Amino acid sequence: MTLSIQSIGRRFGDTVALAQVSLEVKPGEFVALLGPSGSGKTTLLRILAGLDYPDVGTVSLDGDDFLATDARKRRVGLVFQHYALFRHMTVAENIAFGLRVRPWRLRPKRAQIASRVSELLLRVRLDGFGNRYPAQLSGGQRQRVALARALAVEPQLLLLDEPFGALDAQVRTGLRRWLRELQEELGLSTVLVTHDQEEALELADRVAVMNNGVIEQVGTPEEVYFEPATPFVCEFIGRVNRVAMRRGTGGLSAAGWVPRDEPWHGHYPHATAYIRPEHLEIGAQDAPWQGVVRHVYLAGSIAHLDLDVSGVGTLEADVASEDLARRNLAVGAQVSVSPARSVLFAGENARWSWQAGAGP
Amino acid sequence: MTTRASVVRVLMILTSVAVLTVFLLLPLAVVFSEAFKQGLHAFTRVFHQAEARSAIWLTLLVAVIAVPVNMVFGVTAAWLMARFEFRGKALLGAFIDLPFSVSPVISGMAFVLLFGAQGWFGPWLIERNLGVIFAVPGLVLATVFITLPFIARELIPLMQAQGSEEEEAARVLGAGSWQMFFRVTLPNIRWALLYGVLLCNARAMGEFGAVSVVSGHIRNLTTTMPLEVEMRYNEYDYVGAFAVASLLALLAVLTLAFKALMEWRYRHELAAGGIHR
Amino acid sequence: MKRRVLPGFGLSLGYVMAWLGLIVLLPLAALVFKSSALAPSGWWALLSSPRTLAALRLSFGGAMLAAAVNVLAGLLVAWVLVRHRFPGRRLFDALVDLPFALPTAVAGIALTAIYAPEGWLGRYLVPMGIKVAYAPLGVVVAMVFVGFPFVVRTLQPVLESMEREVEEAAASLGATRWQVFFRVVLPLLLPTLLTGFGLALARAVGEYGSVIFIAGNIPRLSEITPLLIVEKLEEFNYAGAAALGVAMLVLSLLLLLLVSLVQRASRRWELPR
Repeated sequence: MTLSIQSIGRRFGDTVALAQVSLEVKPGEFVALLGPSGSGKTTLLRILAGLDYPDVGTVSLDGDDFLATDARKRRVGLVFQHYALFRHMTVAENIAFGLRVRPWRLRPKRAQIASRVSELLLRVRLDGFGNRYPAQLSGGQRQRVALARALAVEPQLLLLDEPFGALDAQVRTGLRRWLRELQEELGLSTVLVTHDQEEALELADRVAVMNNGVIEQVGTPEEVYFEPATPFVCEFIGRVNRVAMRRGTGGLSAAGWVPRDEPWHGHYPHATAYIRPEHLEIGAQDAPWQGVVRHVYLAGSIAHLDLDVSGVGTLEADVASEDLARRNLAVGAQVSVSPARSVLFAGENARWSWQAGAGP
Repeated sequence: MTTRASVVRVLMILTSVAVLTVFLLLPLAVVFSEAFKQGLHAFTRVFHQAEARSAIWLTLLVAVIAVPVNMVFGVTAAWLMARFEFRGKALLGAFIDLPFSVSPVISGMAFVLLFGAQGWFGPWLIERNLGVIFAVPGLVLATVFITLPFIARELIPLMQAQGSEEEEAARVLGAGSWQMFFRVTLPNIRWALLYGVLLCNARAMGEFGAVSVVSGHIRNLTTTMPLEVEMRYNEYDYVGAFAVASLLALLAVLTLAFKALMEWRYRHELAAGGIHR
Repeated sequence: MKRRVLPGFGLSLGYVMAWLGLIVLLPLAALVFKSSALAPSGWWALLSSPRTLAALRLSFGGAMLAAAVNVLAGLLVAWVLVRHRFPGRRLFDALVDLPFALPTAVAGIALTAIYAPEGWLGRYLVPMGIKVAYAPLGVVVAMVFVGFPFVVRTLQPVLESMEREVEEAAASLGATRWQVFFRVVLPLLLPTLLTGFGLALARAVGEYGSVIFIAGNIPRLSEITPLLIVEKLEEFNYAGAAALGVAMLVLSLLLLLLVSLVQRASRRWELPR
């Protein structure tokens, strides 16, 4: 089932929550809406669930107008950020709710509902918890009840609103993998809203990065990470160094670094280069920059270095932890630094993806 | 230091216990003590009199009409105020609260000016031989006015704190409007609703000022229990006055006991809701 | 037309507005309309008469005094109920709501039985020269009774949610117990105290049932405004009664507005900038 969102706009008073948003979700695909709070991602999700309506634009599911369908008839499975479990019902009653409120004709028999509930309890690994109340469960357990409740109605589309937001880091990682496996097993088209880039990159087939009510980029996790389309995507996903570039006689440069094969033909007087920490090479031959190690932060298998690079400023570089000792990378060490890969932006929206060694 | 602190603490506890005893417990004790001053027989004799019985019936009748009316209003108003944003909402909230800040006497008078002989609808009513003022409908109207905000005020903060997510979840899962209301909304507010109904009922049965103005004090016809208390008191029938008063005081004590009992559950549910968020 | 997800907006808005219009606004409109039947000279004669002035002074002055007493007593009681554990605490906690549940007429005769010259406490107080029943003081006592729960009940949740760390921080910075109370605790509680003051005030100003028995209702001494209204109604002076009612409503709404403005100023630290 293909979900197609076209040119949706939504305002709340003077604030624009969504502007001209278009997105397509293919059958069985897992799409993450990633963005900071206030970027419009939750509004978009609520529109898909039928809990809010756009001022303009259309949403269709396999060609049918989705907006014309009432929330209660859409058959979407929605998992709320705070789960919204019915606190006065047991876990089993919560899961059965969507089946029990069906019109009499369509309602499954009592025994069918019971077996569906126990099947789902098993699936979310909560067998034996059917008679508990939500207040008697841990956060991760409640999360899974919310998921089972959403799945009970056999939805055509699964919507997840920050489903791991309220959980501890450890529980979160475990649940994430489990959710991805479950989604693949069910082959269910899924839209996830999150502000956690790690979560989006790890879970989704495609990531839509949102900012100020617009989608800045849609792509696979690899595309979004390695080929960010806008400065916002560069800064929001992963860590990144910003280097100001100025045009001289030899082209755009920063303290002696002159990326080759500039496509702009001398057009822009200034540009900004975004370089990820792992794309700064330390100790390379004929490096353009010289720097001093200011701090070393060991973070497990890799280490983050703060470098004072003369003419550029403070840059962050990542190296493998075992290289620290091997290459004498201690505080105060003099090192040579050279960018290996960068994305440069200039003017309104000129973009240039540069890689060392690509040119002559 | 520690001894001084504990002396201060004991003093504070003793002072507040004294304040509560003199100001609240003593009046309650006086009612029962005066009612039984001349023995159990004098007490029970009061309730063999037709005036006392009709006052009790009338009080029950007024409450039986006014409380459900306000229950429907309170739940609807709370749904409106806690679940929707609209222009003029603050003003509407102020109007719901208005009966709290109008003197009961003034409220009663307003109905007299509306339905009394010289009132807006007075002549129309007289022509058709319909009595509102100095009759039961007037008592009911005045009581409904006075107790209007009770249930809504109890429900609005609770429903606002609970948020609408559970109801939205019910909608997304396919529930119809009434299914959502009876299966999700109502169970979530039931204890607060019951508490609001109890308070509303206590006030409805005990209302004096407004009812006194519209009643006309016609024995056996428009005299509710609080008015019966007043009339007997003014006729120096102290035992009778306190006997009827003791029934009302008993109602108050039961209401409080029920409330205290419920607060166990109610707090527990609110606490569960707290973890829930 | 914006679609709403939760059902019943139109229906509940229509019903609530219609019902409020019928039950609340229409009667009050009749009141205001009736008061306009009084000519300006009639208004002046009414409001400048010594009896009216004395009644208004007693109603409003007494209510302010009673609300102030409620703030002091309520602060103490709420503090003790929230912060300390002692035998009978739950009982006393439940008892606080008594004035909400006890009919005012019952409270009125009970208070009279206590403070009358031959009453339970009156027999000791009167020889000491303290005359409560059938005097202005009795009016205040009744008003304190009916307003008692408001301050305690508004204060309790605030006290419960107040972080003890704030007080501990103040103490660790060298503040004495009194300094902690007056410089840290009291300013934090002030908005709530003012809310409770306003509620108790509104209730006391209009109070009728519990006051008229204990007051003795001596004109120009212990006669409250609502009673004056009732007397005018019994004389069939409807315009005068309505005018006095409107005057009282306007005065009390102005007073409550003033309280809420002060309350707003006192919690400027929690308002968004």
